[in-house]
Amino acid sequence: MCWAIPTRLVEIDGQIGKVEIGGTVREIGLQLVEDPQVGDYVLIHAGFAIEKVDEEEAAKTLELLAEIGYGESPPSTLRPHSRQ
Amino acid sequence: MKYIDEFRNAAAAKELAAEIGRAAAKAERGGPLRFMEVCGGHTMAIHRFGIPGLLPEGIEMLSGPGCPVCVTPTTYLDRAIELAAEANATLTTFGDLYHVPGAAETLEDAAARGADVRVVYSARDALKLAEDNPEREVVFLAIGFETTAPGTAATVLEAHSKGVRNFRILSGHKTMPEALRALVSAPEVALDGFILPGHVSTITGPEPYEFLPREFGMACCVTGFEPTDILMAVLALVRQVVEQKPTVENQYRRAVRAGGNPRARETVYEVFEPTDAQWRGIGLIPGSGLSVRERWASYSVEPPDPAIPSAEYKACRCAQVLRGLVRPPECPLFGKACVPDSPVGPCMVSSEGACAAYYKYGGQH
Repeated sequence: MCWAIPTRLVEIDGQIGKVEIGGTVREIGLQLVEDPQVGDYVLIHAGFAIEKVDEEEAAKTLELLAEIGYGESPPSTLRPHSRQ
Repeated sequence: MKYIDEFRNAAAAKELAAEIGRAAAKAERGGPLRFMEVCGGHTMAIHRFGIPGLLPEGIEMLSGPGCPVCVTPTTYLDRAIELAAEANATLTTFGDLYHVPGAAETLEDAAARGADVRVVYSARDALKLAEDNPEREVVFLAIGFETTAPGTAATVLEAHSKGVRNFRILSGHKTMPEALRALVSAPEVALDGFILPGHVSTITGPEPYEFLPREFGMACCVTGFEPTDILMAVLALVRQVVEQKPTVENQYRRAVRAGGNPRARETVYEVFEPTDAQWRGIGLIPGSGLSVRERWASYSVEPPDPAIPSAEYKACRCAQVLRGLVRPPECPLFGKACVPDSPVGPCMVSSEGACAAYYKYGGQH
């Protein structure tokens, strides 16, 4: 239930932000994050932005993964599975 | 999608799994290394991506009390169903809670009898319903951990600033560190470490878990929800055990900052204060719940007495599953009397419960 997805802020109007999730524009509350800006990636949980994605830290982790994965390009990705 | 697909790099996952094997071989241990994840999102991700099948022999992954729906006691649901029967009541709930049985019935059953129960995506939607329907008394079923409580708190403050008088919450919010303390303090629990929750830690920061390595010698790592996040965390845990240097590592720096999100926490503590809470499958845990402060009492309905235990079916083994003592398939009801469509115990009621994840993704094999 604590799922949160990284999504780009496309519009800000006071404490309300707009994000696009799967082609649908959704309104979210921005009360919980400091100084949100259009273009920021924010983590959305239950209708609120709960944090801004730290793009620098994300890049560092990805560099590490590229090293571990021998920089395979384009990298193949794991797909979720289900027995259904 | 950005910040998702890149963390599913298959070659990196394979190499991480191999490195985990090499690191684990250095552990001077008779038995397997046992790690518990305590976030329903991790439980789902681990089974969805088949992580147990990638891990080498000698690493056991267990699911703890990390699904807020699963640990919500039947007394809470019974209280909600009671409220739904009141005149003019509109109950609003996250979808996960809709099918969960209380002592006798579910919110779905109450709706079938004519109660007005609406599934919402956010507390904001519940407030909107209240604004649009001033003749209705709208109650929001506020459950969830530290991740979800800030949104509820912000919505209460918004209701106040807008002068909305027909919006109230039934707080069933819970907090994680106290539950982990209760879990590791039980003598029968044999664990080497924890994969700490990702988005709970976004709010709290990694710091509240420092007692786990310090007082209990537990290896700990905060991580995200993609396969390489989880494998990097397992590797970090194995290394901590091998080096005998338990600590709280943070592998999810893109979403979890040192100190967490103070703004979100201040919002929570403006509206809520700590209280004792009843956890389904575990029991009463002091200081592990959030109740609405006196100042905001007009936005709250009285929750059930936390001292009253949850009503459970005798043969259900969820209490042991939640503490990592048995695996879901070891329960006599699993996959027979207890399935996702008609769950008996808390671990099957939500898709994030350990039993539901095992059932859906075939983790029993």
